[in-house]
Amino acid sequence: MSGDPLHRLTAILPPSRLLREPAQLAAYESDGLTCFRATPRAVVVPETAQEVIDVVRICHEERIPFVARGSGTSLSGGSLPVSEGIVITLNRLNRVLRVDPDERIAVVEPGVINLQVTAAAQPHGLHFAPDPSSQMICTIGGNVAFNSGGAHCLKYGMTSNHVLGLKAVLATGEVVEFGGPSRDQVGPDWTALFVGSEGLFGIALEITLQLLPRAECFHTVLAGFRTMEQAGDAVAAVVASGLLPGAIEIMDALAIKAAEAAVAAHYPPGCEAVLIVELEGPREKVAAEKLQLDALLVQSQPVDVRVALDAAARMAIWKGRKSAFSAVGRLSPDFIVQDGVVPRRRLGEALRRIGEMAREAGIRCANVFHAGDGNLHPLILYDGREDGALERAEQLAGRILRMCVEMGGSITGEHGIGVEKRDFLPDMFSPAEIDLMKRLRAAFDPLEIANPGKMFPGGNAPALVQHGLHPLEKAGVISRE
Amino acid sequence: MNARLSPTTVDELVEAVRSTPHLLACGAQTKPRLSQLDVPLLETRQLKGITEYDSSEFTFTALAGTPVADISAALAERGQYLPFDPVLAKRGTTLGGTVAAGVSGPGRFRYGALRDFILGVQFVDGSGQLLRMGGKVVKNAAGFDLPKFFVGSLGRFGVLAEFTFKVFPRPASLLTVKIPAENAASIARVMMDASRARWELDALDASPNDRAVYLRLGGPAEANDALAAEILARWPGEILGDAGAWWTSITEFDWAPSADVLLKVPLTPSRIASLVDELPGSARVHITAGGNTAWISVPPAEVSTLDSKLTKLSLCGLVLRGESSLKLGHWPATALADRVKAVLDPVNRFPSI
Repeated sequence: MSGDPLHRLTAILPPSRLLREPAQLAAYESDGLTCFRATPRAVVVPETAQEVIDVVRICHEERIPFVARGSGTSLSGGSLPVSEGIVITLNRLNRVLRVDPDERIAVVEPGVINLQVTAAAQPHGLHFAPDPSSQMICTIGGNVAFNSGGAHCLKYGMTSNHVLGLKAVLATGEVVEFGGPSRDQVGPDWTALFVGSEGLFGIALEITLQLLPRAECFHTVLAGFRTMEQAGDAVAAVVASGLLPGAIEIMDALAIKAAEAAVAAHYPPGCEAVLIVELEGPREKVAAEKLQLDALLVQSQPVDVRVALDAAARMAIWKGRKSAFSAVGRLSPDFIVQDGVVPRRRLGEALRRIGEMAREAGIRCANVFHAGDGNLHPLILYDGREDGALERAEQLAGRILRMCVEMGGSITGEHGIGVEKRDFLPDMFSPAEIDLMKRLRAAFDPLEIANPGKMFPGGNAPALVQHGLHPLEKAGVISRE
Repeated sequence: MNARLSPTTVDELVEAVRSTPHLLACGAQTKPRLSQLDVPLLETRQLKGITEYDSSEFTFTALAGTPVADISAALAERGQYLPFDPVLAKRGTTLGGTVAAGVSGPGRFRYGALRDFILGVQFVDGSGQLLRMGGKVVKNAAGFDLPKFFVGSLGRFGVLAEFTFKVFPRPASLLTVKIPAENAASIARVMMDASRARWELDALDASPNDRAVYLRLGGPAEANDALAAEILARWPGEILGDAGAWWTSITEFDWAPSADVLLKVPLTPSRIASLVDELPGSARVHITAGGNTAWISVPPAEVSTLDSKLTKLSLCGLVLRGESSLKLGHWPATALADRVKAVLDPVNRFPSI
């Protein structure tokens, strides 16, 4: 073992928390983007922040690449291991260190699961707003690294808008603290620079999150439309009305079909599009605004409008929507999902072009999207057993991403660049801008050992390999949005 | 004014930066202490105009020297606004100066501060390169979040040329309730309780000098009336109507004597009392953002006392105007900050913070 730089890890971690057997490593070979796979040299399982710091310092001194990982739900391959490096799994750093209802903050370790923050805040009438659909399993550390989104981003923003401060170990082994418990600060916003840095700067060890009052009341409406254009017009009318719904979601015909097959959502039959709009707030405010919303929707020529009259009806509407992704798995052995963004006014055009491109490629494509913020989620269906099918699906995905950029949008609304979209970074940023980002990364990680191979084009990536659905996805625990 | 240092186009801005070895950008200098350095000033006031605005997108793009008041007026025509309530708008503050200073007004309480509404930035780095980061759509996770990083960066990492911001529909109406609170501790208690109530307040400020907390509701008028009645059932007080003039006097700092030193101090609600009780008797203070920011005004002679009090409390202050050093209290410094500064400004064209 002498001469093996990994040997130094044995001095700080017991054998039970330094995994090196192939059978142990297999569980960490991939994340939510299962078509990439790599076996790390080892997986370390720290239990304290100090152990993480010690491991990172050894990695820095020995130039060992490392990939921090939470629950491994990244949809952009953000926690894909590197074969010459190690994985630092953070699930045991799962303590909610402090919930302060007076300051309306929670201080948590990176392995805390997203939904657990809200669970800890709930007794005080508070909640944590970011709600990626994997929220029952994804960790805050991963949310911070990839600036995760969810269904409520138009009104509440993304993870970054809810992180007030953090303590982190940089790839150099330095421990830094940014921001703090206040919602205000002086000087440049270091916290915001760290959030969404895709693990390239270091590992967050303690994260201070802002909590918001839980909405007292919801008004959830589902409207079915004959055409996607009508659904788009209804969204435009809602947006122009001065209302600020918490969520505006649309599903197309194929996604509706999948949801029906999976959970019998009982959506209105014969619709090309289903629109879900949700108002939230104090009951008096919702009472006044719902009259306005319902009138707007009735004017938009729906086939049917359904209002959730109680919490159970609301959950039923959302169940169909949230199950759409895993439900698509029933229509097709395999699928990939993108999260490009277009300006909202071009949503209709974007969907039309996606439909055309899919037809040209002979590939089926379902669409579920956050209509309020223009965040598309085309689900590209394919059969991985077919020769070249994955490659053709990836080509279609690439054309969709380029279309998003051409329309003035973004290649990623909430999943991050990761491994998956790194070759598209130059479509969005100039060589000088990418060079600046690389030099910024070097200020945090001069040796390029923290999550190498992510965000920037080039470098070594494992080839695309067909591996089917993520085990958790098969079990219906996570879904890809 | 030297024309070279008052560019009217982005190209001229790039040229002005490239041809000036040392400089600091400034806007309308409504927060004069921020640009009061011994270095040539690059004035961005002529670099103005809203370049894109489509109300259905909830976004606009504008050049850095655009007066915030012009932007607010254009948004108001479409029933929209900047929810973070920019300060000093009536005094002519520019969008660039507002970003660089990192200051937000009372409205930040509901939906977040300036940092929560900035989406994209175009800037000139210290090497004279014109670069763009972030995006122009309301949701974007591509690349490092330099737009937010520049909020509060005081122009020391690059000259800001253009921004894209998210905006929201303006609430149908506003209603302000004033609750008397006899001391800083009772102010803090009211703020802490009100900030997590079901009312979803639009703004939550307090004036220790006036011994009162101000709760602003935003939404349909009938909802505001009902919520105000519930607030008054909880604490005795009075309804002030929309109180627009009062809120404007707060965001324009009319309450702070012009000869005083005016500073911003990030705070938390549970530290309101310890800060307010330590302030010199001649100080005026306004608490905003539900107790997350204190605006403090003190005569120049009291600055050193205030400085040591802030240090003792591990708080920091940014001086916006008046005879004082720029930074008061405890400002953290890291080796990382120097390295990032070297990336964005390798030739030290801009002063360090």
